[in-house]
Amino acid sequence: MTAPQVVQRRPAIARLAYGEWSVLWRPRAVLASGLVVLAMLVFALVQLCTGDYPMTPGEVFGTLSGRGAAAQEFVIYNLRLPRLLTAALVGLALGASGAIFQSVTRNPLGSPEIMGFTMGASAGAVATVLVLGGQELAGMGGALVGGFVTAAVVYRLAYRGGGVQGFRLILVGVAATALLDSLVSYLLLRARLQDAEGAYTWLVGSLNGADWQQVQIIGLTVAVMIVPVLAIGNQMRLLEMGDDLAQGLGVRVAVTRRRLLVIGTVLCAGAVATAGPIAFVALAAPQIMRRLTGGSVSIVPAALMGALILIVGDLAAQQIWPDTQMPVGIPTLCIGGTYLAWLLYQQSRASRL
Amino acid sequence: MTTDLQTQPPPGNRLRAHDLKLQYGERVVAENLSIDIPDHSLTMIVGPNACGKSTLLRSLARLLAPNHGSVVLDGQDISRYPSKEVARRLGLLPQTSIAPDGITVADLVARGRFPHQKFLRQWSTDDDVAVTAALERTNTADLASRFVDELSGGQRQRVWLAMALAQETPLLLLDEPTTYLDIAHQVEVLDLCAELQESGERTVVVVLHELNLAARYATHLIAMRAGQVVAQGAPKEIVTPELIESVYHLRCSIIDDPETGTPLVVPAARRSAPRVRES
Repeated sequence: MTAPQVVQRRPAIARLAYGEWSVLWRPRAVLASGLVVLAMLVFALVQLCTGDYPMTPGEVFGTLSGRGAAAQEFVIYNLRLPRLLTAALVGLALGASGAIFQSVTRNPLGSPEIMGFTMGASAGAVATVLVLGGQELAGMGGALVGGFVTAAVVYRLAYRGGGVQGFRLILVGVAATALLDSLVSYLLLRARLQDAEGAYTWLVGSLNGADWQQVQIIGLTVAVMIVPVLAIGNQMRLLEMGDDLAQGLGVRVAVTRRRLLVIGTVLCAGAVATAGPIAFVALAAPQIMRRLTGGSVSIVPAALMGALILIVGDLAAQQIWPDTQMPVGIPTLCIGGTYLAWLLYQQSRASRL
Repeated sequence: MTTDLQTQPPPGNRLRAHDLKLQYGERVVAENLSIDIPDHSLTMIVGPNACGKSTLLRSLARLLAPNHGSVVLDGQDISRYPSKEVARRLGLLPQTSIAPDGITVADLVARGRFPHQKFLRQWSTDDDVAVTAALERTNTADLASRFVDELSGGQRQRVWLAMALAQETPLLLLDEPTTYLDIAHQVEVLDLCAELQESGERTVVVVLHELNLAARYATHLIAMRAGQVVAQGAPKEIVTPELIESVYHLRCSIIDDPETGTPLVVPAARRSAPRVRES
């Protein structure tokens, strides 16, 4: 041991302590997350105020505290609040799921949509609706089955030598996505126009008509996953430093990675079952947050950013052309696609240096 | 069970391997390999490329499960410990590790405390003391708030070492810690290993490429070839031209290191002295 008097200069490790309990935190990550939450609240209020039946913020607060007129209560509780909560919860799930996949694959492209889960869900839903003639709930079941089956196949094919390799996972996922994409196109081409239109909403992802049932599905998924996510965060961070080092520090590498993939898949499944495959949120949210927090990908900030993107995206979807019911997948596709292009451009520039 | 072992150290050395068979997939790297790491030693493992020295180190750290035989840590098969328990007794610095983006030196070193932490008890005074001591010891306290990305290679290696020290394990395994370092930084890292061993706190095991530095620093030298231990013991006793010939297929002469008196390997020249052709 070093002599006690040497231990004067304390290293700057930020922690939150209460009695014997203590939690580590990074000030910049907490600050950035706080700002994101603030932005979320602002846009949430805007969303609650705007629409065919405009309300002032005062009226919104009044209604929320139980002092609104019947019409106001109807608009808030039956239309806007469930939609807002669905958007926020789906965003949380997608952001967290994206952070997990990107960390496990050690690659910014490692999101559930690149890995085939999302396309598997789309194919499952479209096949159920068009081939089996299923309705909304059956479509949701089809999406889940399709997603999990695709994920299982992709993991199995990427499995080698006692573990799943991140890069293999992406390559196999891209191949599976391409394959399923052509299957979906084929099904849509063969279908009657009216059926195809109904199935098509499953391919973009939409919050239109979101009600409390949707809130329940995604709310339950998120609630169940909160504790596992928080418990595994530290192990995930160590895994990023390499398998050998992580194991040397006492992380059970193969078990932890498997758990992470399961958590990420379940979160993504909940989101897709609720709102369909909303593009690019899982991909973009962790990366945007990584730049704001100046650290590596981490789950909670990414989840918050996912919620913000989806709330803003849904607001844009409702406001840009108020007459059409634009699915939220389109604005997120614009945000995410632009971002992805920028990311690839940055990376190609960095690798040329 | 494990607490019993801590209070009553079993006879023999803390880290031993018995009759190991190590393989990657179908390729057998070593067979019938037994080894004993003397407690409180600075053990260096040398040998030609692909002789299995890093593989041996990985199996000693439980990164690679032997297909046959066992690694024994404190009298018990290492595979029977919980992962975190192994990590509290035995630290490993792999050859290549990835520093996360935008992490500070203090945060990276703090990650070495993981095996001592719990879900809701992530940081204690012990952790503070260990991290501070590790930073002081590796001369990186001044770098604590710098980002790891912006450090030089030598500084970075010292930071990784600090992380391994913060783990506060009685056994420390280092896989080629001097790779990519210039000679001055190599000496600096090995000096630190020697200090750790001399202070009596730790048993240090190092896989090293630099034969002459290994012979200078090791208290116990293990020479390997083709998955087998060819010789082991104090460098002065075992390093002979015959040993080097049999391990590396290199003809050489051995002289005394003018600084330390340890054996210094001088490879045989292709011819007596370089000649300058006269035009």
